[in-house]
Amino acid sequence: MDEFFLNSFHLDVLKEIGNIGAGNAATALAKMLDKKVNMEVPQIRIMGFSEVSEVVGGAETPVAGILLGIRGDISGYILFVLEEHAAKKLVNILMGRNTDAEVEYDEITLSALKEVGNILTGSYLSAISTLTGLSIKPDIPDIAIDMAGAILSVPAIEFAKTADAVLYIETEFIEGTQRVIGDFFLVPDTDSYVKLINTLGAMC
Amino acid sequence: MAENVIKVGMADLKHTSHPGVLVTLGLGSCVGVALYDRKTKMIGLAHIMLPWSQQAKNRANKAKFADTGIQLLLENMLNDGADRNSIVAKIAGGAQMFTYTSLSDMIRVGERNVEATKKVLKDLNIPVIAEDTGGNHGRTIEFYSDDGRLMIKTIGFGIAYI
Repeated sequence: MDEFFLNSFHLDVLKEIGNIGAGNAATALAKMLDKKVNMEVPQIRIMGFSEVSEVVGGAETPVAGILLGIRGDISGYILFVLEEHAAKKLVNILMGRNTDAEVEYDEITLSALKEVGNILTGSYLSAISTLTGLSIKPDIPDIAIDMAGAILSVPAIEFAKTADAVLYIETEFIEGTQRVIGDFFLVPDTDSYVKLINTLGAMC
Repeated sequence: MAENVIKVGMADLKHTSHPGVLVTLGLGSCVGVALYDRKTKMIGLAHIMLPWSQQAKNRANKAKFADTGIQLLLENMLNDGADRNSIVAKIAGGAQMFTYTSLSDMIRVGERNVEATKKVLKDLNIPVIAEDTGGNHGRTIEFYSDDGRLMIKTIGFGIAYI
């Protein structure tokens, strides 16, 4: 990715990817929770490295990061980041418990979160796939719960190979009065990124 | 403590004369390279993201890479009066945040960052006197000029000094 290559048209294309992907993900989340889930229009942001760790409430904020590799016509990965308290809330809702109940990170909790990530990113990717006609297959998810800065260094480093900025799509999910904030980092490798832009660009 | 606390962001480097504290928050696969001049108590900290600048297309930001970042930090410190022969290093970070195997190249970047950092320091004849690297957890580090101690804070393992 070359940051100078991005113009406002490309940003619109990426915003559309985010919109469609996250819309699908919100529907999947609603099904999972059996509740109505709304979504804010995704924000596309291009940030310098110094801003990256401030994204999810500060570099030391505990977050859950769910990473899935992408294979097929484009390769790379997608990272879904949830603030830890939001992750706990989601687990409690899934388990039918009180949303404020204590959550331990045992096998069951971690697989529940992985499954959330799996479904959300899967629906996100399938929307892009449907839109572009590109075959995009997610791999099995991996999860890490740690400081936001440390988790976000993973996509930041990938962008750092070719750019001095990070591109990300922020999506806010709203369930009733609960706000669950999630961030999707779509990180295609350089060739795939060009392919994605070109495919979408040709259609718009 | 008298507050001269300076934050060092991702792909950034800073140095300060005594008294001062250099801080970097939430290191993951990146490496924090802390240089301490035992004579003048000057401290410097680089937050590098990638091992070698030759492997990248965009090299504009020298602080991004182990090779150019450490070199630049050293030059900056020497320009401000650090004693070349009294400089020692401590390093932290280089974790593997995800264990995902099919992305081995991307995932191993933490390990490669640590390897490159050590190689660069060795070539510059700067001894690494302490390190806390690897693992799969993030680290916040604070580097103190009074005695060159490096505080390492993690979520699961509390606080340690090296």
